[in-house]
Amino acid sequence: MSQIVAEGLYKIFGPRPERAFDLLDEGVSKDEIQARTGLVVGVQDASFTVSEGETFVVMGLSGSGKSTLLRLLNRLLEPTRGSVQVAGVEVTDLGSRDLIQFRRDHFGGMVFQKFAILPNRNVLDNVAFGLELQGVEKGQREEKARAIIDLVGLAGHEASYPRQLSGGMQQRVGLARALVVEAEILLMDEAFSALDPLIRHHMQDELLGLQERLQRTIVFVTHDLDEAFRVGDRIAIMNEGAVVQTGTAEDIVLNPANDYVRSFVRNMDRTQVFRARTVMESPPGEADGQTAAGTGATVSLDATLAQVIRQAAEHPGPVAVRDDEGELVGIIRRDRILEAMDRDFSPLAADIEGAAAQVSTVD
Amino acid sequence: MFPFRIPLRDWIADGVDLLIERYGVLFDGFSAVVFFMVDGLKDLFMMGHPLILMGVFVALTIWMAGWKAALLAALGLLLTENIGLWPAFVETLALVLTAEVLVVVVGIPLGILAAGSDRVDTLLRPVLDFMQTMPAFVYLIPAVMFFGLGLVPGVMATFVFAIPPLVRLTNLGIRQVPQDLIEAADAFGATRTQKLLKVQIPTALPTIMAGVNQSIMLGLSMVVIAAMIGAGGLGEDVLRGIQRIQIGQGFEAGLAVVILAVILDRITAGFGERRGPPPGTA
Ligand SMILES: Nc1ncnc2c1ncn2[C@@H]1O[C@H](COP(=O)(O)OP(=O)(O)OP(=O)(O)O)[C@@H](O)[C@H]1O
Ligand SMILES: [Mg+2]
Repeated sequence: MSQIVAEGLYKIFGPRPERAFDLLDEGVSKDEIQARTGLVVGVQDASFTVSEGETFVVMGLSGSGKSTLLRLLNRLLEPTRGSVQVAGVEVTDLGSRDLIQFRRDHFGGMVFQKFAILPNRNVLDNVAFGLELQGVEKGQREEKARAIIDLVGLAGHEASYPRQLSGGMQQRVGLARALVVEAEILLMDEAFSALDPLIRHHMQDELLGLQERLQRTIVFVTHDLDEAFRVGDRIAIMNEGAVVQTGTAEDIVLNPANDYVRSFVRNMDRTQVFRARTVMESPPGEADGQTAAGTGATVSLDATLAQVIRQAAEHPGPVAVRDDEGELVGIIRRDRILEAMDRDFSPLAADIEGAAAQVSTVD
Repeated sequence: MFPFRIPLRDWIADGVDLLIERYGVLFDGFSAVVFFMVDGLKDLFMMGHPLILMGVFVALTIWMAGWKAALLAALGLLLTENIGLWPAFVETLALVLTAEVLVVVVGIPLGILAAGSDRVDTLLRPVLDFMQTMPAFVYLIPAVMFFGLGLVPGVMATFVFAIPPLVRLTNLGIRQVPQDLIEAADAFGATRTQKLLKVQIPTALPTIMAGVNQSIMLGLSMVVIAAMIGAGGLGEDVLRGIQRIQIGQGFEAGLAVVILAVILDRITAGFGERRGPPPGTA
């Protein structure tokens, strides 16, 4: 089910923003529009949907409009044009009182790129902020806050004030503040960008673990490709305020929509992106199937190429790909693994959907 | 140059007359409340031994500004008592505190209002400019017209003179709260009141306290002027010194005003700075 539906969203900064629409229709670039009118195109014509329980990543270079897009979803910014529906409610129609209630009901909060934690509150009170606004009683909200502070690794710092904390620690306060509200949708703007690689990896794991348990809907902004592919179910790539491509990591690596996207994904670690179902030969030939079944090298359809390689290294012969029922649905030979590492690789089936369709006919 | 004269003075005088005629009861009531406050405070302060009030002062100074300032405060207070100015000192304190209470009660809400609306801000700005640039003596006239002679008009003149910096700094402090924090409050579903009480005012508090500090200092600078309309206290001693050319007495009373000013300054300035993390909790 779609939790968030954005249609034709525009955000143009400056007085009388309508002036930009005609120019945009003529295909005038963002820089040119700014030079001619002084208007800044934050987001243009963004349309996408986010399903319930999905982690949707928004990626793009600095200034591409990621933060602006995120703010349009909970209406911290008023869209210049277009519509946002969250849980079936048209966000742009809400009056100010309804908007407050709506934010509490569905978002609970947000993780900000610049942290935006309150300087005159200690860590505990900062984390409990959202619950406090909702009128949760003191003992209860502090108990919840302590648990989350523990989760983000700030135990022992409850009484510290923001200015006594490092940037990474402040970011985790901001993260904890949003997590503690337990809202159905979580908006995260570069939530891990100020963390060192070790903690960052750890936080990504925590997020993935949390997602497995709670299945919240997350819109996650990042400019780090590896992070995007690691945490994201689907990824939207932005350029100059426009969403240029949306899809799974494999989609994007295999079929980049344009040169911008291609340059983005060129240096991607493909062994983490590709899945067995994409690389395999399917259906397996009679003879191959038998040898594969004999070797004991087996992976699931969703195994990453890295896992396939590990299996191939331990066993001679092709790797068997099996579905959930244990049925043999394809095989992967060593030369296919090497082919997949090449930039011009494309799956045997014309596209991934095709490959998936093929798998289902085998079932 | 002109064949006629604009009757400005008549308009103002007539206006004041009209106000008194219409709202005389209100002025009387208000007057009674202010008088009660000053008098009550004075009685309270004079109730016990002078050392009690001195002790309170010193304790506050230690808390807000540290030992050195407190030591200085203690010496100053003892000196005041020693030269026989303690009753006048307490009277002035009561007057300034009362005026300051009024300043805070009116000034902070006005500042908040101005911060929330550019309209109010543009309306208020020239009024505050006017209040600040008008020579302080001029406030004595309407104060006397509305409230007669004595304590109450003294408080009112002090109030008018002292309120502008608090309104300005409250306005400024709230406008300077980073947009990030406002956004965060909005994102978490804060109502307007919650935003004000939980984010804007706490974040602006150091600036607001600087306004309180400044208005107290301005209030103290009115002490002598207010004494001209019978407000009493240390100002009266200064005035007497001037009128009788008793340099010594005048100087003593002036020094006592300075002592009060320094102590109140240390206490309130410290409050603005000391908010936030207590020291040594890193
Ligand atoms: N309040 C604003 N007023 C005017 N222009 C703005 C405003 N906010 C953002 N912009 C402009 O909109 C564009 C998109 O900004 P945005 O902050 O969304 O980028 P971003 O993708 O989040 O970048 P980063 O990765 O650096 O955070 C930029 O050109 C920026 O200058
Ligand atoms: Mg950003």
